Amino acid sequence: MTVSVQTEDFDVGLEINQLRQARKDIGAVVSFVGLVRDLNDGDDVTQLTLEHYPGMTEKSLSAIIDQAKARWNIIDALIVHRVGTLQPSDQIVLVVVTSAHRGDAFSACEFMMDYLKTEAPFWKKEANSKGEHWVEAKSADDLARDRWAKRK
Amino acid sequence: MKIKLFYFARLKETLKYSTEDLELPDESFTILKLKALLAKRGDVWGQMLMGKLKVRAAINHELVDDKAVINDGDEVAFFPPVTGG
Repeated sequence: MTVSVQTEDFDVGLEINQLRQARKDIGAVVSFVGLVRDLNDGDDVTQLTLEHYPGMTEKSLSAIIDQAKARWNIIDALIVHRVGTLQPSDQIVLVVVTSAHRGDAFSACEFMMDYLKTEAPFWKKEANSKGEHWVEAKSADDLARDRWAKRK
Repeated sequence: MKIKLFYFARLKETLKYSTEDLELPDESFTILKLKALLAKRGDVWGQMLMGKLKVRAAINHELVDDKAVINDGDEVAFFPPVTGG
């Protein structure tokens, strides 16, 4: 299990290879990459700055992996999240899950992203032609997380 | 009792504080009581902590609700709902 909060970019292929290299019983790798879009709520986005709560962020991401491991039959997982100033089309977040079969890895990956978006202490500030503003949390993200409580 | 406070994102920017050490009376203090105490500092504090905007809190890096009790030496943080990912 690896958790990394970093300003540098990440190499998806390298991260996946490192996670799968150690074992030969992995039959499925599922990954999610989140990117900076150049458009949000109808406005052009020129820059995105991510702030976080050092210490709590790492604990929170580790706890999300632990919950996924307790719930699905997964072999390993990693989360990389960038902070600092990013530009449109930059990579923000990577979640990789390995398992014997695809079902567990697909579900665990989606679960981890839904929890990361609503529990991990990151905040986005967007810049556009009109200036800068903090991005508001979306209730759709809370709903996406809450549906996991109903599913078994 | 003594606690360490942290503020993040919009709260940090508006309150112009990122961290402070605070001495609290030795009595049972919940998150809600601490918010009410800080709100007395003035308008912007009341708006940020007890106003319409949602505020989330953490004690020692765990998300907590308003009823959570603060103990001596705790690290308490206030911040807006998170928007990572």
